[in-house]
Amino acid sequence: MTGKKILFTLLFALFAIPFSLIASNESNNESALEGKDKTKSEIKAYINHHLEDSYDFSIWHAAGIEFPLPIILIDEGLQVFSSSKFHHGKTLAEHNGNFYKVYHNKIYKTDVEGTISIDPETNHPEQTKPLNFSITKNVMSIFLFGLLMFFIFRSVAKSYGEDQIPNKLGRFIEPLVIFVRDDIAIPNIGEKHYRRFMGYLLTVFFFIWFLNLGGMTPLGIGVTNNLAVTFCLAIITFIITTISGNKSYWGHIFWMPGVPAPMKIILAPIELLGIFIKPFALMIRLFANMTAGHVVMMSLIGLLYIFTNWFARGAFLGLTLFLSIIELLVAFLQAYIFTMLTALYFGGAVAEHDDHH
Amino acid sequence: MEKLLDKFEVGLFFWQLILFLALLFLLRKYAWKPILTSVINREDSIKEGLEAAENAKEQMRQLKEDNKALLAEARIERDQIVKEAREAKDKMISDAKETAKEEGAKMIEAAKSAIQAERNAAVTELKSQVAVLSIQIAEKIIKSEISSDAKQQEIISAAMQNAKLN
Repeated sequence: MTGKKILFTLLFALFAIPFSLIASNESNNESALEGKDKTKSEIKAYINHHLEDSYDFSIWHAAGIEFPLPIILIDEGLQVFSSSKFHHGKTLAEHNGNFYKVYHNKIYKTDVEGTISIDPETNHPEQTKPLNFSITKNVMSIFLFGLLMFFIFRSVAKSYGEDQIPNKLGRFIEPLVIFVRDDIAIPNIGEKHYRRFMGYLLTVFFFIWFLNLGGMTPLGIGVTNNLAVTFCLAIITFIITTISGNKSYWGHIFWMPGVPAPMKIILAPIELLGIFIKPFALMIRLFANMTAGHVVMMSLIGLLYIFTNWFARGAFLGLTLFLSIIELLVAFLQAYIFTMLTALYFGGAVAEHDDHH
Repeated sequence: MEKLLDKFEVGLFFWQLILFLALLFLLRKYAWKPILTSVINREDSIKEGLEAAENAKEQMRQLKEDNKALLAEARIERDQIVKEAREAKDKMISDAKETAKEEGAKMIEAAKSAIQAERNAAVTELKSQVAVLSIQIAEKIIKSEISSDAKQQEIISAAMQNAKLN
């Protein structure tokens, strides 16, 4: 079997397995449920839960395959303890004489009773929220996928021997690397400058793609549908663009050449706003696409439990399968679009505009 | 928007930033650099190989052309040589003929003059022989003629008659 075949099989397995697992999860819950409304709210809660971060790494909740993760809080010094103390958010955690409670997936410092008093004006709890640097499920996923990526690409890099022919994995990875170089970096940045951006473009492309795919695995992680993650990627793009910006780039922002002076004054704030809007759009696009994808997928799976008609269930199963394939494409597409636009912004920052106007 | 901001987790952002930057640094140094270098090297070597092949082809073509030209040249030269040889042969033959003719003419001339000389000598010899013979005959005749006195008298009288002494 060739490397590609193995990969396709793996990819197929990646999106095929979640259904079976979620299905078994749900059926366990379903037996306890009565009535459609309860099922509906249950499904909504399940979707929300899936989209949210979690303080422990549960691979298969029903089978008890889950690991507690460290909770790191900054509250009068560093407070580090295991998330098992929360018992999946059901109980109060006591550490160094402080009491903490998970409320709506956020950790609040409470009294010994664990009271959460809601401020009627803001609709938020009045209790203080210590700075939370916990290693959550998402952080763990990023770390594990980063590790996976490092080992994959390192092994590929190592396999280039004297004959410069990569191993089987490399023969799958290399066209993608060349794709990023020849179809993303060079057309947008240009032959002259593209090389110094390749590291970031490749990393961001594979990072988003891998984690998007990771979101489709039975691990049930959704890293790229977190605003914090997409914000982080967008801000790095923004910083690199800003640092790389040459005279011509800033000239085009503050004093657009080739237009009358009053227009220059009007254009300057618009262009200035533009440099913030561009990465902002990057952030929202990835976040919204991945969140929407997950919501749609989970909703469709949820619908399988609302309908009792076997024909409808079959239809929704088919639709879910179809959408999974679409999502597989979206996973790649979003990575491509993010990298593409990043390259476009870099290209704009380093472009020499002598050739036109 | 507020809901989104509420969902924004500073901790996740912090870890993502650290982990991503670490990943970026590590991959850049240990993966992308060697991969891209190898890819570029390989592309270059393929390009070079193709160029070399193209060059070889060009050289081959050049060589073929050269060969053709050389062959044509050789053919022309051969024709020239053959032509020259033929000409030389013709010339030699004609020269020989000429020489032979001349030689023959000379020899004929020499023979002719020799014959002439021989003839002249023979004629001279003949003449002297004839003279000797004539003298001998005349001697004999005279001897017989004047053997008798009558005859002598007759001759003297005849001679006397012819010689009128005036």
